[in-house]
Amino acid sequence: MKQKTLERWSPWVLLVLSILIWEGLCRAFNVSEFVFPSPSRIAQQTIEFKEVIAGHAWRTFWVTMVGFGIAIVVGVLLGFVIGSSRLAYAAVYPLMTAFNALPKAAFVPILVVWFGIGIGPAILTAFLISFFPIMVNIATGLATLEPELEDVLRVLGAKRWDVLVKVGLPRSMPYFYGSLKVAITLAFVGTTVSEMTASNEGIGYLLISAGSAMQMGLAFSGLVVVGAMAMVMYELFSYIEKHTTGWAHRGSQGE
Amino acid sequence: MTQDAFVDFQNVWLAYNDELLAQNHFAVEDINLQVKQGEFIAIVGPSGCGKSTFMKLTTGLKMPSKGRILVDGQPVTGPLKISGMAFQASSLLPWRTTLDNVLLPLEIVEPYRSNFKQKKAEYVERARKLLNTVGLAGYEDKFPWQLSGGMQQRASICRALIHEPKMLLLDEPFGALDAFTREELWCILRDLWTEQKFNVILVTHDLRESVFLADTVYVMSKSPGRFVVKREIDLPRPRDLEITYTPEFTNIVHELRGHIGAMRKTGATINQ
Repeated sequence: MKQKTLERWSPWVLLVLSILIWEGLCRAFNVSEFVFPSPSRIAQQTIEFKEVIAGHAWRTFWVTMVGFGIAIVVGVLLGFVIGSSRLAYAAVYPLMTAFNALPKAAFVPILVVWFGIGIGPAILTAFLISFFPIMVNIATGLATLEPELEDVLRVLGAKRWDVLVKVGLPRSMPYFYGSLKVAITLAFVGTTVSEMTASNEGIGYLLISAGSAMQMGLAFSGLVVVGAMAMVMYELFSYIEKHTTGWAHRGSQGE
Repeated sequence: MTQDAFVDFQNVWLAYNDELLAQNHFAVEDINLQVKQGEFIAIVGPSGCGKSTFMKLTTGLKMPSKGRILVDGQPVTGPLKISGMAFQASSLLPWRTTLDNVLLPLEIVEPYRSNFKQKKAEYVERARKLLNTVGLAGYEDKFPWQLSGGMQQRASICRALIHEPKMLLLDEPFGALDAFTREELWCILRDLWTEQKFNVILVTHDLRESVFLADTVYVMSKSPGRFVVKREIDLPRPRDLEITYTPEFTNIVHELRGHIGAMRKTGATINQ
């Protein structure tokens, strides 16, 4: 029991500890706030600029969610096609891997030419960076069916579609939720990176403008806010995953 | 004489693809086999001798390269819905309860498929009854991963039988179980078969299992995969586990063991 409580609180304890050490070091060595602001200074600036930050954070949040939404739709559809046909798998997979190896930040200038400064590049960068893990995981879940099970169903006259819907899709759900957790954090990266060069709003823009004005406290609170949003979304998907595909996590529940 | 055969293999050869066919490299060769209605046959042989291939041929999942296969008087042209299959791995779906796993074939095979929603209560009743006969009453709403290996295997056999197939194909279904559970499941299979008299084709490594359960045991050789011995098991039915300790039983097991041992020896000398 005690071990469990400790486990549950351990991330918070570590967080508080790191902040305390950070604060302590800043004070002990008298670090200039223009170089590395202390947590108390960041908190102070966060409160001071809370409306500005909230506005930028909201913008980054919804832009990310739109990009992420598109990533889910495209990722699932592509994953479904690739995972259900060997030919499609062979044809598409190498190209997709090559595409995924490209740094997505490099797309931003191109997207700006196409869509101008604003939400267009940010949404698309979030999408481009986050659809790949979703696609790969759906495809893997579908492509790794046990051949015996497929025989059992095929002998009953099951069509490919039946096998996919009755077995393939439910089977790939844990992979899917797992990929969402990865993809949402990537989507925030995409949006922020894009906003840094191609937007007049959002946390990315805030980071750049605060940095150029030497408001390091504000820049750091921007970072903290993006991190917090990504964390919350991660935990949300983690929760959904546990409650919809518990059968895949039985080991950890000790039953 | 062949018209009363339920499963009828006439000079069946199978190569897995055209390339192997061109090289005259066959997975199974020249199979001639007649199985009577309701007969329980077992196929034993060294691993990799084409036993599983034989099952795929019987169910129509694979078409022979040469020869003809008739089941129930009809030439086999595609997957045979009158068959149910179970394997060494129970391959139950972990997100479905035991009951829903057993119901899965009814969601797929006609004529159950089209009226599955309307008649669901009836089918659930049937599945419960079947689970009850194999001793799984009370476990219907458990998930497969909450069951022991033996229980999973029973559920897997129920899934193979729920659509009342005329033919049950078992590919080493008890291979992964401990000796006691295995014997327990032999008896369950024996009772199900005695009651419903479907055809059974049991592929196994276990000679005692084959002699205890089957009417006829076939011994297959490895590369080429051929049937080399047919042995009728004339032990009286109903058979009890006690029979496995009688000299008649052990003699038959010894005899079969001899055939397989001889085959392994010749196989070894060829390899050298």
